[in-house]
Amino acid sequence: MTVGEYIRESQIWRSIFRHPAPYDRRNRAVVILTNFFLHLHPVSVKQGGIALSYTWCMGGVTFFLFLVETLTGVLLMFYYRPTLEWAFTDIRALRDVTTLGIMREIHRWGAHAMVITVWLHMYRVFLTGSYKPPREFNWVVGVLLLVLTLLLSFTGYLLPWDQLAIWAITVGSNMARATPVLGHEGPGFQLLNLGGYDLITNASDARFLLLGSRFVGEETLNRFYILHCVAIPLVVATLIAIHFWRVRKDGGISQPL
Amino acid sequence: MDPHPDLTASVIRGLGWFYLLMAAMNAFWTIRVFKTGTYYESVAGFKHIPKAAPWAIFTALLFMVGAVQVRFDSDPADFVLKLPVVFKDLVDVVIANPISYFALSMVIFVAMIWLRRWWTKPTVAWILLNFAMLFLCVSMTDYDFRQIVGKPDNVPIVGMLFLVGFFTWLYFSKSVENDRRIAAGEPKIEDEQSEQVLVWPDLVYTEMICMLLLTALLIAWGIALQAPLEEPASAVKTPNPSKAPWYFLGLQEMLVYYDPWMAGVVLPSVILVGLMAIPYIDFNPKGNGYYTFDERKFSIITFLFGFLPLWVGMIVLGTFIRGPNWNMFGPYEYWDVHKLEVLNNIDLSQMFWVDWLGKPLPKPDPNASFWMQAGTIILREWLGFALILGYLFLLPPLLAVTVFRKFFIKMGFLRFMVLANLILLMGALPLKMALRWAFTLKYIVSIPEWFFNI
Repeated sequence: MTVGEYIRESQIWRSIFRHPAPYDRRNRAVVILTNFFLHLHPVSVKQGGIALSYTWCMGGVTFFLFLVETLTGVLLMFYYRPTLEWAFTDIRALRDVTTLGIMREIHRWGAHAMVITVWLHMYRVFLTGSYKPPREFNWVVGVLLLVLTLLLSFTGYLLPWDQLAIWAITVGSNMARATPVLGHEGPGFQLLNLGGYDLITNASDARFLLLGSRFVGEETLNRFYILHCVAIPLVVATLIAIHFWRVRKDGGISQPL
Repeated sequence: MDPHPDLTASVIRGLGWFYLLMAAMNAFWTIRVFKTGTYYESVAGFKHIPKAAPWAIFTALLFMVGAVQVRFDSDPADFVLKLPVVFKDLVDVVIANPISYFALSMVIFVAMIWLRRWWTKPTVAWILLNFAMLFLCVSMTDYDFRQIVGKPDNVPIVGMLFLVGFFTWLYFSKSVENDRRIAAGEPKIEDEQSEQVLVWPDLVYTEMICMLLLTALLIAWGIALQAPLEEPASAVKTPNPSKAPWYFLGLQEMLVYYDPWMAGVVLPSVILVGLMAIPYIDFNPKGNGYYTFDERKFSIITFLFGFLPLWVGMIVLGTFIRGPNWNMFGPYEYWDVHKLEVLNNIDLSQMFWVDWLGKPLPKPDPNASFWMQAGTIILREWLGFALILGYLFLLPPLLAVTVFRKFFIKMGFLRFMVLANLILLMGALPLKMALRWAFTLKYIVSIPEWFFNI
């Protein structure tokens, strides 16, 4: 008996993995069914359905990048403080002096890559007609995930608190000022008024809701930090679970049932 | 010394590595062509020349250029392999003008679809890739080009352009092949591999390798390129230009043609609703689970139009071409803050009342009741309102009984109306662009009193 066999036969190993090593056909099926992480997959698939030239693997890459962002993001949260006093200095320290400061580089490039791969994933799904019945609703979930990916990237853009950050967010959020009815420079904002007093002002409109302030300031930093690190990731994780579950229930990534 | 040198020794050496990379790629290609064992019957009197021969020469050339540049240590002023000024000026003129920029992108778009059987051939595609890389390489010898393309946050966009190009090629080459097979009654590419395989090991191992490669790529990227960090934030120092994050620059570009409430709120919402509506309005059951163009021409062309020239094309425009004061600059042009562009766009109501009727614009009386004022404003803008209402409400039924008759019959009233309105709203952007360029039109409906400009 080799050491490897000894380990795989041990009570500890079997209590964790619940199945023998996947060396024969039966156990290769069992491993998928009994392992928490692998049970996302079906036991077997059509060979053409997993050919890279067909799938482009962009959905999987996007999911992997989400995991990378989560991991590097959690590590960055240990270091970074979202206040006017510290935000910029912490990021500069990550660049100049901190051990493993490269986590910030990986986080940022991973975020850009994720935006690109999520578009390419949508591109492939469209071009193979994979949104067609019975997968209509999963496409809708996918569009929501795409929007949330952009929002994750947008909220994260502010956190370094440098010139690039606040002005990009200022330009981006200025649009909310012009929201019809709910923005204080939007058409029809006068409709919401009580006895001649406008309810929608620059301190109560859609932009104020987004920024927590009349300009991009400390409240905004706090708001975007929580959105970026907690609120949006929770929603995204839930939707990803639904997205994957629907892929399984709808019978794979494409083709009619 | 020139503070903005076109060339420095380190740039030349860096490009040398890039040429060496291209040489390696083309060496691989030469071997691939050589293995096919194909020959030119006769070239300029010489018989039986292997088709790999020109590729071998090209590879050798690239290798020599790369090797010389990697070891470059003389005066950069003597360096010869750069773009001629005539070429730069020509490109700048074409790119820095919205009309020719969009005309060019439309020409490329139409050619991409029209010539799909030609450009998806491996040799043609490989030559196009070589052109794209050479263009990038030689352009990097220009100071202004390097400034904008080499900005850390813009590097991913360059990567994205190559990826989008590659995947568009992959799609077209597969669908051209599938369409040929469907027409000939042969099984499709996707049908050839229809036996079931076990996920462990076939898929799980692929995933594992993907994850390892990606991790390596991200770490290498993180080491090679530092994430951007500019000056500390200052609410009083407004940068010029002020740009949104790069993935929103297509939306920011719409601000040139529409007011924020349209460009920043309504149209983005329409894009999202439109995307979500796709599965419910595409009634064509064909093309599910395989690549095809001929079987779903309408939906593919519509989507490609939205994604390539409108979304990606406008991100490129917003990122690389829009400079100070949101003016357009050619890729080799210095971002001059004082570049002046004369804007004398006028509203439709102005054209109608002043230019055509020769009357002053009707002015709402500030002392009159709200409804009196509203009446005057609507009278002033009646033509614009009529055009827009006609566009959104008269055109769909007209389309239903003419060009889209078949669609209307198959889709039913509601589905068709959703489709028609989405298409019209998507067309609203190029339409407004064309009106702006042709008639210097500013707003079709202009009611600054209510922040309501279209």
